[in-house]
Amino acid sequence: MSNTNHTNTSDKLSPEMFEKLKRDSVIKDEAGRKSLTAWQDIRQRLVSNKLAMTGFWIIVFIAVAAIFVPIISPHDHFTNNLTNTNQPPNASHWFGTDDLGRDVLERTWKGAQISLFVGLMAALIDLILGIIYGGIMGYYGGKVDEVMNRFAEILYSIPYLLVVILLLVVMEPSLTTIIIAMSITGWINMAWIVRGQIMQLKNQEYALASKSLGAGAMRIIFRHLIPNAMGPILVTLTLTVPNAIFTEAFLSFLGLGVQSPVASWGTMIDDGVKAMSIYPWRLLFPALFLSLTIFAFNVFGDGLRDAFDPKLKK
Amino acid sequence: MLRFILSKFMFMLLSLFLLVSATFLLMNAIPGSPLQSEKATSEAVQKNLEAYYGLDKPLYVQYGTYLKNLLQGDMGISMKKKFQSVDKMIANSFGPSLRLGLTAVVTSVVVGCVLGMIAAMHHRKLLDNLAMIIAVIGMAIPSLVMAPLMQYYLAFKWGIFEVAGLDKPMDYVLPTIALASGPIAFIARLLRSTMIEVLNADFIKTAKSKGLSGYVIVVRHALRNSMLPVVTYLGYLTAGIITGSVVIEKIFAIPGIGKYFVQSVIDRDYPLIMGITIFYAVILMVTRFLADVAYVLVDPRMRAGGKGAK
Repeated sequence: MSNTNHTNTSDKLSPEMFEKLKRDSVIKDEAGRKSLTAWQDIRQRLVSNKLAMTGFWIIVFIAVAAIFVPIISPHDHFTNNLTNTNQPPNASHWFGTDDLGRDVLERTWKGAQISLFVGLMAALIDLILGIIYGGIMGYYGGKVDEVMNRFAEILYSIPYLLVVILLLVVMEPSLTTIIIAMSITGWINMAWIVRGQIMQLKNQEYALASKSLGAGAMRIIFRHLIPNAMGPILVTLTLTVPNAIFTEAFLSFLGLGVQSPVASWGTMIDDGVKAMSIYPWRLLFPALFLSLTIFAFNVFGDGLRDAFDPKLKK
Repeated sequence: MLRFILSKFMFMLLSLFLLVSATFLLMNAIPGSPLQSEKATSEAVQKNLEAYYGLDKPLYVQYGTYLKNLLQGDMGISMKKKFQSVDKMIANSFGPSLRLGLTAVVTSVVVGCVLGMIAAMHHRKLLDNLAMIIAVIGMAIPSLVMAPLMQYYLAFKWGIFEVAGLDKPMDYVLPTIALASGPIAFIARLLRSTMIEVLNADFIKTAKSKGLSGYVIVVRHALRNSMLPVVTYLGYLTAGIITGSVVIEKIFAIPGIGKYFVQSVIDRDYPLIMGITIFYAVILMVTRFLADVAYVLVDPRMRAGGKGAK
């Protein structure tokens, strides 16, 4: 690869024959096109997808607002103010107030915090359990895979809503309970994705090379195989979030989730429905932001999938 | 093929058995007894009550009794609604839920397939974009947002529909839209992407070169070959509709099982919770099993005796 033109037959090698390359000098691609790493390529495809980027910016907006609005806002989400109930949106309460005089803007963004927290936690737990379980299933294969897969299948065949509701009966309804309940069956999908990926990757040369150098199973799985399976894992993760957010809102709406005075979009929609004929803003704002969030995560996840696997894009 | 169906069937029974056992154990793990109340009862009365309800026996005996009764369709009596048997309550409230659920399932499949078909036929043209915009909206707006909004505008403000209830055929429109919008979007996208692939297959080219018209090709040749993923989805669709109906029944005040289910959890009415849980589980697992069987019947590769692919 050096620039020396003569590669012939002098008996002695002298230092002049070699040209030192600088440590980070790049060998130019002959076609003149900048070579892109896989991740740059993916990012380029993602950025050029307008719908996905819209979703991305909505997520950023909602996350930033969820963090900062409750800090900046002069109101808080739980103090009742009975002289100021059911005010329509105005200068001091941009989204109006509810039946206890609480600021709907403040509560909407407190609800956003809960939704995003639930979404992230559910995704994180799914990720950890799914990678460990799926990684082991896929790597070892054979009997181990069969037994573990059967177990996952049985768990998966139990309807998700029933597990969640049963757990909520046994444990107190709270945020933790919701997250635990969602995690019990939530990770299985991720485990299957990881399993499929690992099965494909484990016979690749680099995995074999690592194995022949004496690396253990755990090292091969987590150092070599998982990073290469990151695409499908990330996509699954992104699409887990809107489901988790919806489930939390759904349970809170039914009165089985987050309890008052904590604000959640689900409880706010429940309250809003009861009052919608007279005070529609109490329904409008939580409903709007719940839909926006779910929409944003879905289109972003779709875009991510297309970016990782352009073949899938139709 | 028979072996595949049989193994799926055994699998269903096993899952069901596990769920029943888990439910029983969970309900027994909860501290407190249904016979406790604020009113002081004497020791003797308490003992008598326990003996009457069989609660003095060891857990495995109670479990055995429970299983035996369950097989005979006896799910015990409700704790909140005095002297009403759980199976009667379920039977009485199943009607509206079933009618609404079936309407929603049929609507989802028909409308979803039509949308997906239109989108695939006009790939990358106006109609495709239009159908996919509808699909994205349907996916994004959750039922618990869509239902109240429709109720507010279409029923309360403009008076086109009744606000609540499920008596006239017109009353089905709003709850069905709310329940079916998500699945419609999903099926449309699913069918579209499979059908685009199928439409590029050789046998479609053959059909075209025979001079068949576009619609005949799509309906007679492409649709059948694109239906497989939709068939697989049917089991999950049922689960989604049942889940959704819990919310929709609450919003539209429909006296179905979903409403009872939520109420039973809030009331901590254990026999009713267990009864409805098992009832739902049976419906879901049976539909999932039927979807598996349908899959084998539809897919010629499976009929040939191939091993069930995951």
